[in-house]
Amino acid sequence: MKQAATNSAALQGAGHDKSGSLSANIAKFRELGLLLFIVILSVGVQLRNPSFLTWENISDIATNTAILSILAVGMMLVIITRGIDLSIGATLALSGMVSALTVSQYPDLHPLLAVGVGVGVGLVCGVVIGFLVSWINILPIIATLGMMNVFRGLTFETSGGKWVSAHQMPESFKAIATGSVFGINNLILIAIAIYIVAYYFVSHTRTGRRVYAIGSNPESAEISGIRTGRILWLVYSIMGGLSGLAGVLWVSKFASAQGDTASGYELSVIAACVLGGVSIAGGVGKLSGVILGAVLLGILNNALPMINVSPFWQNFIQGSIILIAVLVNALVKRGIDRNNLMRRKI
Amino acid sequence: MEQRLIANKKELTLKGFFLQWEWLLVLLLIGVFVMNSNLSEYFLDSANLRDATMGFLDKAFIVLPMVFIILLGDIDISVASIVALSSVIMADLYNHGVPMELAVIICLAIGTICGWVNGLLIVKYKELSAVIVTLATMIIYRGIAYILLEDQASGKFPSWFKFLGWGYVGGIPFILIAFVFFAVVFWILLHKTTFGRMVYAMGNNATAARFSGIQVDKIKIIVFTLAGLMSAITALFLTSRMGSTRPNIAMGYELEVIAMVVLGGVSTAGGKGRMIGAILAVFLIGFLRYGLGLVNVSAQMLLIIMGVLLIVSVAIPQLKQRFAYARRK
Repeated sequence: MKQAATNSAALQGAGHDKSGSLSANIAKFRELGLLLFIVILSVGVQLRNPSFLTWENISDIATNTAILSILAVGMMLVIITRGIDLSIGATLALSGMVSALTVSQYPDLHPLLAVGVGVGVGLVCGVVIGFLVSWINILPIIATLGMMNVFRGLTFETSGGKWVSAHQMPESFKAIATGSVFGINNLILIAIAIYIVAYYFVSHTRTGRRVYAIGSNPESAEISGIRTGRILWLVYSIMGGLSGLAGVLWVSKFASAQGDTASGYELSVIAACVLGGVSIAGGVGKLSGVILGAVLLGILNNALPMINVSPFWQNFIQGSIILIAVLVNALVKRGIDRNNLMRRKI
Repeated sequence: MEQRLIANKKELTLKGFFLQWEWLLVLLLIGVFVMNSNLSEYFLDSANLRDATMGFLDKAFIVLPMVFIILLGDIDISVASIVALSSVIMADLYNHGVPMELAVIICLAIGTICGWVNGLLIVKYKELSAVIVTLATMIIYRGIAYILLEDQASGKFPSWFKFLGWGYVGGIPFILIAFVFFAVVFWILLHKTTFGRMVYAMGNNATAARFSGIQVDKIKIIVFTLAGLMSAITALFLTSRMGSTRPNIAMGYELEVIAMVVLGGVSTAGGKGRMIGAILAVFLIGFLRYGLGLVNVSAQMLLIIMGVLLIVSVAIPQLKQRFAYARRK
C-alpha cells in the first residue's frame, strides 16, 4: 500500500517535473531574467524613441533610481521580517521638509548637517514605528498605515501648508544631490555606499543573519535565543533612517519640499522589492535582486512617458507589476517546494 | 481540563457586563457629545444631529463587511479604490448614454467583482497575505479609474439620484435608514447565523476550522465579495452626496474604516470582536470629526488625529493583554 502510494506520488512528480524544474530555475536565474528583461525593455524603448539611450537620459535614470534603491534596501529588511512599511513616503516627506526648512532658516549650515537633520527625523519616525510593531505588537500594516497619516499631517503642519522652493535653499544644499565626485553623481555614490554596507550587514554580521532567521520562522528564532523584538525595532529604525536620508536627497534633487512629496512612493519601493524576489512571506530576499528590481522600475518610470504612455496609466501598470511579481514569486516558491519534496522522497 | 471547553455563551455577570469594551465606547460617545455641545449650542438639536449623520455615514457601509474581514485575521486596504472605480465607471457610463438605473446596477456589479477578485486571489495563492494582494489591487483599481477619467470630474446625475445622499424619509435621512438596515442585516449574519459562527471559528484557528469541515475558502471569498459590494454601495451614496465623481474620490477611506473597526474592539489577530462595537465606533468617530470640524481643525490635523486614534485603539487591547500576562506571571 505504502509502495503504491509512493509510486503514484512518483508518477505525479514525473508529470510535474517539467513545470517544477522550470519554476525552480526561475528562482536560480531570477537576476539573470530581470537583467534580460531590462535589456529587452531598453532596446524596445530605444526603437520607439532614440533619445532613450543617450548619456543624459541614462544618468537621469540612474539618479532617479538611486533614491528608490536606497529605500528598497530598508524595505527589503522590513519585508524579510514579514512586515511592510507604508509610511516611508510620509517619513521621506517629513524629513525632507524639516531639513529644507532648517536650511532655509540657516543658509550657512553645512550640507552634511542638513543630511544629519533629515536622517535624524527619519530615524525618530522609524524608532516610533519600531516601538509600535515590536513592543506593542501592532500589525506592521496597521501601525504604518496610522503613522503614515500622522507623518503626512505633520509635514503639512510644520510647513504651514507652504512649499519650500528652490530660491529658499542655499546652493550648498542643492549640491548634495546635483554635485559629483570623479564625474559620478553623489546620489549614485551614496546608493552604492549604502549597498556595500547593507551587503556586509545582511551577509556578514550576526544581526543581519538574525533578520533572515526571524523572517523564516519567528517562533524558532525566539526559542533559539534571538531577541526578535530588538531586531524588529532595529529593522524599522533602519528603514526610517534610510527614508530620512532619501528625504533630504529628494528635496535637494528636486529643489522643492512640499506637503505631498513622494505621496504613494512606498508602493514603488514595495514593487521594486517584490520584483527583486523578496518574498512577502518573509525570510527570502537578496540585495542583488532588489537593486535590479529598482533599476527595472526606474527604467519603466522613465521610459513610459518617452513612448507616450499617458501618466494616468502609471498607477495601473505599477499595480499590475506588483501583482504579477508576487504571483510569480508564489509560483516559484511552489516549484521549489515541490522539487524539495521530490528530492526527499528519493 | 474544563477550562479548555469553549462556552457557547459567556456567563453574564453584572460586572462583566459593564466592563465590556462597548461601554467604554458609549462613554466616549457621550464625552464627544458633551464636548460638541460645549463647542456649539446648536449641536444637540435633533435636526442637527440627524443631518450630521448624513455627512459621515457613507463610509460606514464598508465598516460592516470589514468587521468580518478583520475577524478572519485578514485586512482589505483596497476598499477605497473599489469605491473610486465603481463610482467612476457608473458616472462614465451614465455620461455615455446608459440609463442611470442600469449604471447603478453596473456600479454594484463592479464592486462585487472587485471584491470577488480579491477573495479569489487570496484563496488561490495562500502564500500571499491579504495585505499584499489588496495592496496590489488597491493600486490597480484606482489605476483603472484614472485611466477611465484621467483628471476629469464626471457628474450631472439625474435628480432622483441625489435622493440617496440628501433625501429624507419621514424626516429621517435616507442614508441613516439604509445604514440601520444594513447594520441589522450584518449583525444577524455575524451573530445569529452559522455563517457568522464559521467566521469566528476561522478567525480563531483557520486550520482547525478547515479540519472541522468548514469550507474556509468559500467563506473567505464570500466575505471579500461582500466588502466589494458594500464598497459599491458606499460609492453610490458618496457620489450622490458629492454630485460628481473623480478618480481620487474616497482617498484614505481604508484608514478610517479600519480605524473604526479596530476602535470598535475587533482584534486584528482575528476571532474577537462584535458588530455593535464597530457600529458604535462609526458614530463615535463620525461625531468626533464633526465636532473637530466645528472648531475649524484643519484637514491635516484631522489626518494626524485619525492616525493616532487608529494606533491607540489597536494598542490598548495589546497593552491590556501584555499587562494581564505579566500579572499572571
